[in-house]
Amino acid sequence: MIIYGVALLSICTLAGLFIGDLLGVLLGVPSNVGGVGIAMILLIFGGGYLSKRGLLAGKTEQGIEFWSAIYIPIVVAMAAQQNVVGALGSGPVAILAGLAAVSLSFAMVPVLDRLGRPDVAAEKKPHEPGTAAQATASVQR
Amino acid sequence: MIIESLTKVLNGYGLISGFAVIGATMWLSYWLSAKFTKGRLHGSAIAILLGLVLSYVGGLYSGGQKGLVDIPLLSGIGILGGAMLRDFAIIATAFGVNPEELKRAGVSGVISLVFGIFVSFIAGAAVAFAFGYTDAVSLTTIGTGAVTYIVGPVTGAALGASSEVMALSIAAGLIKAMVVMVATPFVAPLIGLNNPRSAVIFGGLMGTSSGVAAGLAATDPKLVPYGCLTAAFYTALGCLLGPSLLYFMMRGLFG
Repeated sequence: MIIYGVALLSICTLAGLFIGDLLGVLLGVPSNVGGVGIAMILLIFGGGYLSKRGLLAGKTEQGIEFWSAIYIPIVVAMAAQQNVVGALGSGPVAILAGLAAVSLSFAMVPVLDRLGRPDVAAEKKPHEPGTAAQATASVQR
Repeated sequence: MIIESLTKVLNGYGLISGFAVIGATMWLSYWLSAKFTKGRLHGSAIAILLGLVLSYVGGLYSGGQKGLVDIPLLSGIGILGGAMLRDFAIIATAFGVNPEELKRAGVSGVISLVFGIFVSFIAGAAVAFAFGYTDAVSLTTIGTGAVTYIVGPVTGAALGASSEVMALSIAAGLIKAMVVMVATPFVAPLIGLNNPRSAVIFGGLMGTSSGVAAGLAATDPKLVPYGCLTAAFYTALGCLLGPSLLYFMMRGLFG
């Protein structure tokens, strides 16, 4: 039954947000601490556990998959209610923040790729990451 | 008379109207994506950009702070994009992530996830600081926006950031997603992105699911599942770290 999946998702959501709220109280933060993330972890492991025991039939999964599939439209609806007029007044922060994050992350790919590889250490070093990092540095300035 | 009846229905069934309006926006976006960008610029990115543009127009029109939602006929979008359904849908995306498959993806995937969140966060927060934001809440929200456009608003909502900072945060994440989609096929040969292992690392570093899915599809469709596997954990980890560790870090640095 589809409602079982929706109910499982609901229980994980409520439990995660509840734990997040308790963490907030314990840590003295006036907010929910990672409730959404905790709920996701609950769903990953709870769903995995139930799936392994054959308790998640196709219909049950559909109850979760529907909401998973609808999240981009929901994010679009969320974007449509932000204070964009106010944000654009404060300059190119968003553009530069986005660009800086992508440039740095691109530059990190070959670094991490080499870091964890057991075999070849003597592979020739591509010079692009350096220029990417420099571009990022100038962007950040 | 016709207008009155229409208004009554649209207002009374706000959430349903929201589905219709957002559905039409999605259709238009995917059509624009296929027609004018040959799918390179993912439909979801165009839809979110359209959402922000509509919010801008709505803000100019109504003078309010909630974009399109301040227009009475479109207030149902506020329910659809509100905190409850937003969190519910985001949590649902975690379903289907198999911990066994992540184990197979190896330690490098986990390392890249942690690195990816910190690298993007630091880049975003540094830019925000350079532009004069000095309070921990705004710096964390903009920094986490550079993580993904979901982690940013989730963190901002948890910390009580202002709507302007939330919009900046979403915009930063959106720009990140769009740059990843467009730039990945061009940068891929330079960073050795041509095998499953580097795709796993790429997914963990970039994290933006739509960006990674579209960027890898434009590079080599075989790499998509490897990148998306780690990217699927990125937003969860970001949502966990954003309002907690990253915020505490910023609060320690900036009071």
